[in-house]
Amino acid sequence: MVTDRRTDAQSFETLAMPMFASLYSFAYWLTQNREEAEDLVQETYLKALKGFVSFRQGSNLRAWMYRILRNTFLTSRTGLSVKMTEPLDLEEGAALLPATSDTPESVLLARADQQAVQNALERLPVPFREVILLCDMEEMSYQEIAEALGIPIGTVMSRLSRARKSMRELLATKVHGASK
Amino acid sequence: MSCGWGEKLDRYVDSELSDGELTEVEAHLRTCPTCAADALSRLQLKRMNQAVGRRFSPRPEFRQKIEQSVSAAKGPRWVRGWVPIFAAAAALVLILISATVWLQSSHSEQALSELADLHVSTLASANPVDVVSSDRHTVKPWFQGKLPFTFNLPEVQNSPFKLTGGRLDYFQQSPGAHLLFEVRKHQISVFIFQNRAELSRLNSGASLRRKLAFSSETWAEGGLRYFVVGDASPSDIHDLCELLKSASRL
Repeated sequence: MVTDRRTDAQSFETLAMPMFASLYSFAYWLTQNREEAEDLVQETYLKALKGFVSFRQGSNLRAWMYRILRNTFLTSRTGLSVKMTEPLDLEEGAALLPATSDTPESVLLARADQQAVQNALERLPVPFREVILLCDMEEMSYQEIAEALGIPIGTVMSRLSRARKSMRELLATKVHGASK
Repeated sequence: MSCGWGEKLDRYVDSELSDGELTEVEAHLRTCPTCAADALSRLQLKRMNQAVGRRFSPRPEFRQKIEQSVSAAKGPRWVRGWVPIFAAAAALVLILISATVWLQSSHSEQALSELADLHVSTLASANPVDVVSSDRHTVKPWFQGKLPFTFNLPEVQNSPFKLTGGRLDYFQQSPGAHLLFEVRKHQISVFIFQNRAELSRLNSGASLRRKLAFSSETWAEGGLRYFVVGDASPSDIHDLCELLKSASRL
């Protein structure tokens, strides 16, 4: 019914618009480009609005929206090239590794500024970058991340561990390089 | 470097530990400076990622564009603007219809009440009827020259009803015939008037009502409006109505 659709649209607006800035930020981190990020966010909202009728009330809307955005990204030109160059299954099933470094990390991070962290994040492969952003920037639970990325929760944990390890290594390289 | 607690420290900074695990990790952190430093660095990295992650903000124009496209799904802007006006207009129409129906109903109730009063006051009178007769051929001619219309009366000989007489009455400034019938000691008044606009607003066709223990029925036929009021049972009232109707069709 038309009235139902309008009511849906109204509640969609109320629920989904507060996520706008975060979704854009996430889209920018994936695409590294303003126009592409805007296209991605716009397409996400249109798809979500269209699919909102079938969205199961009580489900996690945020995870659902991020999943739409991410799937849209993966089918975009940039997303397809990412998939070609960064196979996702490399890290799956890998043991959870502790961080390894000769220098205490607190010292490394104290020396690392925000620009260094941004550079490190940018250099991370997309699967690592996105899991870190969902966990640290969006403060999603592992369960929400699993829903957003469409992967098991165990994979979320192992991927997150490897992503953080990679990041620490990148930062260590940067700090050690700078100190030489 | 942590002593094999790396995975738990990740879950610790992400608040993903169970209560039991949390107690265990916190106890370990109090005794292990390496793991405490590791946990701190993980927390620092998380905080920095959080700050850096939110570095990119959408342009206000882009936000406006998305807001507009989401808003548009709720219906065209002009429709949304007119919705309260349409709603108010619909409410007004409903009120008018309800008021009209209520007034008509109230008018109908009032008319029947007035006739019931007429019925009671007639019975209370020392001379309830001006023409005393059980013969319809005596009663009907009595009205000749007194009313601008004529009517037929039913033969009641083989029925429980008995005609006791008639009188001239006025209702809403119009003359009409007021006939009295009797059924098992119950008095029933039959009023016959010309069917005018005000009377035609009363319920068309037969209508049976009970008000203050009086039963009444009204209908219009052949340009005349009939009212039957009395304290007899509704079925008796109805039977008398049927007799009157069959007589008027002769």
